[in-house]
Amino acid sequence: MNYPLVTKIIETKNENNRIKTIKFENNKKITPGQFYMIWIPGVDEIPMSVSYIDKNIIGITFKKIGEATNALFNLKKGDKIGARGPYGTGFKLNGKKILFVGGGTGVAMLAPVIEEAIKKKLNLKVIIGAKTKNELFFEKRIKETGAELFISTDDGTYGTKGFTTDIAEDIIKKNHFDLILTCGPELMMKKLMDISKDIDFQASLERFMKCGFGICGQCCIGDGIRVCTEGPIFNEKTLKKIQDFGIFKRDASGKKIKF
Amino acid sequence: MIEIPTKIANLRLKNPTILASGIMDEDAGSMIRIFKSGAGAIVTKSIGLKPREGYPNPSVIELECGLLNAMGLPNPGIEEFKSEVIKLKKSKVTVIGSIFGSNSKEFTVLGTKMQDAGVNALELNMSCPHAKGYGLEIGSDQKIVEKITTNVKSSVSIPVFVKISPNLTDIPKIAQSAEKGGADAIVAINTVKAMKIDIETQRPILSNKIGGYSGKAIKPIGIRCVYEIYKKVNIPIIGVGGINTGEDAIEYMMAGASAVQIGSAIYSRDIYVFEKICKEIKNWMKTNNYKKIDELIGVANL
Ligand SMILES: Cc1cc2nc3c(=O)[nH]c(=O)nc-3n(C[C@H](O)[C@H](O)[C@H](O)COP(=O)(O)OP(=O)(O)OC[C@H]3O[C@@H](n4cnc5c(N)ncnc54)[C@H](O)[C@@H]3O)c2cc1C
Ligand SMILES: Cc1cc2nc3c(=O)[nH]c(=O)nc-3n(C[C@H](O)[C@H](O)[C@H](O)COP(=O)(O)O)c2cc1C
Ligand code: FES
Repeated sequence: MNYPLVTKIIETKNENNRIKTIKFENNKKITPGQFYMIWIPGVDEIPMSVSYIDKNIIGITFKKIGEATNALFNLKKGDKIGARGPYGTGFKLNGKKILFVGGGTGVAMLAPVIEEAIKKKLNLKVIIGAKTKNELFFEKRIKETGAELFISTDDGTYGTKGFTTDIAEDIIKKNHFDLILTCGPELMMKKLMDISKDIDFQASLERFMKCGFGICGQCCIGDGIRVCTEGPIFNEKTLKKIQDFGIFKRDASGKKIKF
Repeated sequence: MIEIPTKIANLRLKNPTILASGIMDEDAGSMIRIFKSGAGAIVTKSIGLKPREGYPNPSVIELECGLLNAMGLPNPGIEEFKSEVIKLKKSKVTVIGSIFGSNSKEFTVLGTKMQDAGVNALELNMSCPHAKGYGLEIGSDQKIVEKITTNVKSSVSIPVFVKISPNLTDIPKIAQSAEKGGADAIVAINTVKAMKIDIETQRPILSNKIGGYSGKAIKPIGIRCVYEIYKKVNIPIIGVGGINTGEDAIEYMMAGASAVQIGSAIYSRDIYVFEKICKEIKNWMKTNNYKKIDELIGVANL
């Protein structure tokens, strides 16, 4: 049922000074790429992708940017949150050679699908990027999977100076890929789709969400496609038909906001 | 073959199933999609003069037998919304513009702007149960309802529907006031005032605390309201509240509804619910030897 299950936080971890992971119990089956609506009682309820999938425990990893994420950041082990989900579609690992590209907090939800791809013995390369060195996270976690990892920072304080898409362009020229999976700023994903040409492509989109189960219409894009239920993962066929992709999103009132 | 075209005032619909206000109707893309997937008409989200973000989340959740929401009338404002209506008209969607205001002047301005943008009819939302200064707060006063309806009617030439609330002691009286004001149809019902307290956290779950209940649980309430209104007014009624199946729609028609609106069932039966319900209505009519919907309307008013 689409009602938050109230649960106690069983573990928290600061990934850097603005990014934190919170873990809680879960007994539902989850496909990497799916998300939960996380209720912070008295504050807000916000969508959060799953960043850790263990047997009976899942995690979310988020950056503090506003009221809800700040409140969530301040919660401790034992505090109560509500979680309803999982919602949306997950990534489909159809291919043997896969390129993963994560930008900013988008890296959080890519981590579990990278781990799954490793378990399936697929051949993968991973690019992660952040504005600057101390905003990076999950470097160690991804390295430990054995995946080949490339890192970029906008300001060059770590890894290659520039954008993930610069590295991607270079790697795509030199290697063959069956599939590209990405999550990050929409303009980055749009650029990546252009670069990827005819390689299969799946991207995770973010839109303002209220219900999360396909009724309120808040998250609709293109020809009435609900990001919460028919997404948030879309392939290039669908993305090419979505006129809003990389152009605008809607705020809580439904007003268009350009990227 | 049984056909089910419907006419409300001068509004001709390919079938009697209409998308209810507030469900997947904030952008033209969604409304076109739902129209194409079988709805006879679309009611837009309730639109006001200025952009409103609505209440913080949680704003809608599911309970045992329905949905509880307090969205708080989020909308981008009429100026921005006009472009969505224009797109709808390009795609030949039959569209009813829902509007809300805090007085008759606001309703009139909104009504005129909606008409100019191209809507086929107006629905005056005088029944939202949880928005301060709007909706039910004006829709429970007979004089105000009549005045708003009269003023809107005299400033537009398209049909005007008035959507009323079940949260009233004398529902037919409010419907009569709308009729006196010149309304072309009554839409009943909006959501039922309700609340859910989460016992784990010991607090109301909705950020607005009180919300409106919709879906299966409210169908008997809607049926009773339509039945009572049918006895007291001579204009068509559009029945709404908890309709999930063709049989539900037929029950509303027997109570007195000429057409129906469907909202929450988009969740239980997805956006194809309109096509499914039309098929079920036709099947039922075939089995029971009915050729026209008109033969069913109000038959249960013994
Ligand atoms: C499917 C999905 C998965 C997400 N996964 C993650 C994740 O794994 N990690 C992470 O850090 N962030 C994630 N986000 C973004 C996260 O939901 C927002 O950062 C958060 O809601 C901000 O809330 P706030 O009150 O702190 O900020 P505010 O100051 O209220 O808002 C800041 C920005 O956050 C966005 N936002 C606020 N409320 C919502 C809402 N209800 N729905 C969507 N966006 C909203 C707004 O667009 C706004 O521009 C995800 C978003 C979506 C849609
Ligand atoms: C999420 C949601 C938002 C709604 N928003 C509006 C609205 O903006 N204006 C309005 O007149 N009714 C609104 N309603 C009420 C519906 O139009 C309808 O009257 C009610 O939900 C009962 O029908 P149902 O049981 O088929 O959902 C909303 C209902 C829901 C569930
Ligand atoms: S968040 Fe309500 S339809 Fe997607």
